[in-house]
Amino acid sequence: MARAEKSRNGASNPGQAQETVVIDGHIIDSLILAKVLDTILMMGGAFDLREVKVGATREDPSRAKILVRASTTELLGAILQAIQPHGASVERQSDCRFEPAPADGVLPDGFYATTHLPSQVRLKGTWVEVEAIEMDVAIRVDSALTSARTVTMADAKRGDLIVTGRDGIRVLPLERPKERDVFSFMESQVSSERPHGHIIRDVAGRMRQLRDGGSGKTLFAGGPAIVHAGGREALTWMIDEGYVQVLFCGNALAAHDMEAALYGTSLGFGLCAGRLVPHGHEHHLRTINRIRGIGSIERAVKTGVITEGIMAACVRRNVKVVMAGTIRDDGPLPGVITDSMAAQSAMRAALPGVSLVLLVASTLHAVATGNLLPASVATVCVDVNPSVPTKLAVRGSFQAVGLVMDAASFLRELARELGWKG
Amino acid sequence: MSHILVCPPDYFDIEYEINPWMRVSNQVEVERAKSQWYELMRVLEQEVGALLERMQPVQGLPDMVFTANAGSVMGRRAVPSRFRHPERQREEAHFEAWFRSHGYEVTVLDKELYFEGAGDLLGFPDARFGGYRKRSEIRAYARLSEIFECEIIPVELVDSRFYHLDTCFCPLSGGELLYYPPAFDYYAQAAMADRVAPERRMVVPEFDALKFACNAVCVGKHVVLPAGCEATMQMLDARGYQPHPVPLSEFMKSGGSAKCLTLALD
Repeated sequence: MARAEKSRNGASNPGQAQETVVIDGHIIDSLILAKVLDTILMMGGAFDLREVKVGATREDPSRAKILVRASTTELLGAILQAIQPHGASVERQSDCRFEPAPADGVLPDGFYATTHLPSQVRLKGTWVEVEAIEMDVAIRVDSALTSARTVTMADAKRGDLIVTGRDGIRVLPLERPKERDVFSFMESQVSSERPHGHIIRDVAGRMRQLRDGGSGKTLFAGGPAIVHAGGREALTWMIDEGYVQVLFCGNALAAHDMEAALYGTSLGFGLCAGRLVPHGHEHHLRTINRIRGIGSIERAVKTGVITEGIMAACVRRNVKVVMAGTIRDDGPLPGVITDSMAAQSAMRAALPGVSLVLLVASTLHAVATGNLLPASVATVCVDVNPSVPTKLAVRGSFQAVGLVMDAASFLRELARELGWKG
Repeated sequence: MSHILVCPPDYFDIEYEINPWMRVSNQVEVERAKSQWYELMRVLEQEVGALLERMQPVQGLPDMVFTANAGSVMGRRAVPSRFRHPERQREEAHFEAWFRSHGYEVTVLDKELYFEGAGDLLGFPDARFGGYRKRSEIRAYARLSEIFECEIIPVELVDSRFYHLDTCFCPLSGGELLYYPPAFDYYAQAAMADRVAPERRMVVPEFDALKFACNAVCVGKHVVLPAGCEATMQMLDARGYQPHPVPLSEFMKSGGSAKCLTLALD
């Protein structure tokens, strides 16, 4: 049942009317397969050959499974009608199967594990969009069998209806974005030898468009190297100018940012002089202790204790900040979530509406954030170590554009592109 | 000896119109039709040396005379036709019964998997072709290739006057192909060219094609074809075949000729 598809946030997604057809028999030498594919293209549709089994001998039949795509449901219908006489029939479809979760936090055997591509499940004959898609989670359907949403293993409750097997589930290919920029290639080639300028220009273009158009949020996830290496002013300026709506970080970025505000050092190094100052290694501990005494970062900013820097800008601009702790944290700062699963949930809850993600100088936050993102979100991963963007791509976030570059240089160039005079 | 199934034209008539040749207003001259049919039988038996099996005609089934559409036979296996038009669907049971009573291993296709027998499935021992789009359905060939354990290359018919494969495509015993290419789409022509070498392809001119020159019966070096196809006869003669023209004008009123009136049984 072809129907116009809806994207994750419910907006119409052109080019997404699709149906899978199968064709059997002696379809290769007869040029029947070629004719069917030509017909799809000539009518303005597109196809993905999902499966072609060529008979081993002339007597053996062949079989092809073709995903037919068109810009509208009407065009799709016309194409299906035109190829049907040549033997291409709509694949027999069944509803998805599901089973109740056997216990809290346990999925039924054979549960379907998601990808981060837009996905649909078939419920009572209708294809339903899976809400809040992300990779490596399960799909829960409501008891009325009218909607479906991702659920993590930990959040599954006993009796939840969890999708199992592979029938009645389809994963939609990503549409190329309309914007003709670096993100439209949707590939994560990582190389320190690639020119950076145009990527940074494109990122700035997206950020400006999101801020001025108000059509989505920019998420920034970063590590403390931003402060150590000198990217703090540029990032602060971008937050102050309204280019960042969500910040993911750990204890360290916030601690060193506020250490800089209070002592002018980062991990004890004088940010201006570049020398280790006497007893400087204690500064971040004293910073954390001070904020713990005040009760929260927000109060520290509002009472004038912390007057400048990344965290101060976030409080002033009302940026949603999620700080996730790690095992080696000092303190931690108030607001750092030390339960990893709770941190994951908080990060997930901050994602709706995010359409651009900058992952800068943090392996942990880059991979963690990447895992939570739908493939449709434009993502750029910046690290001086090429293994970080590579790791992100290997973990499945193929849409992330990798940039091998020092965090401070990246942030300063990006901010200048946006109008920073620093 | 070549073994051929035929059905006497006792009830042959034009009672409906299911192809561009048929006009109810263009009535069959019954006596002439009968004499043409008996002449065809005489040529087949006496000049060609074929052995004829005669079916019992059935009143009210005027097209049963066209036994090419009884089904398809390979060795001892037979698949009776599934006609597209309801007018001819009533013939199916009679053809099926004949195959069964004569010891064939019969496989019946699903209802609505249209397939009109040897009218649409023809070829050489190493390359069989199945006409589709007008009468038979392409899906039938996937099933038939399973049943007969052979390759069947579907070819699309694009001209309604050539509504069955045997109206525009005639494989000869020496490996040559007598055919009328414009009756097929580009892909079918390319697929045929791939399987039948250029020197084996004999293109029938339009004038002869419209007289159903391709609706011919080939037994050894004998080719029985409708009268009036001079160019085709010359081509056959040049290739060492002996053409036997038979006047079959009454059957052309129904869109059939020599080949349509016969079914090769082996």
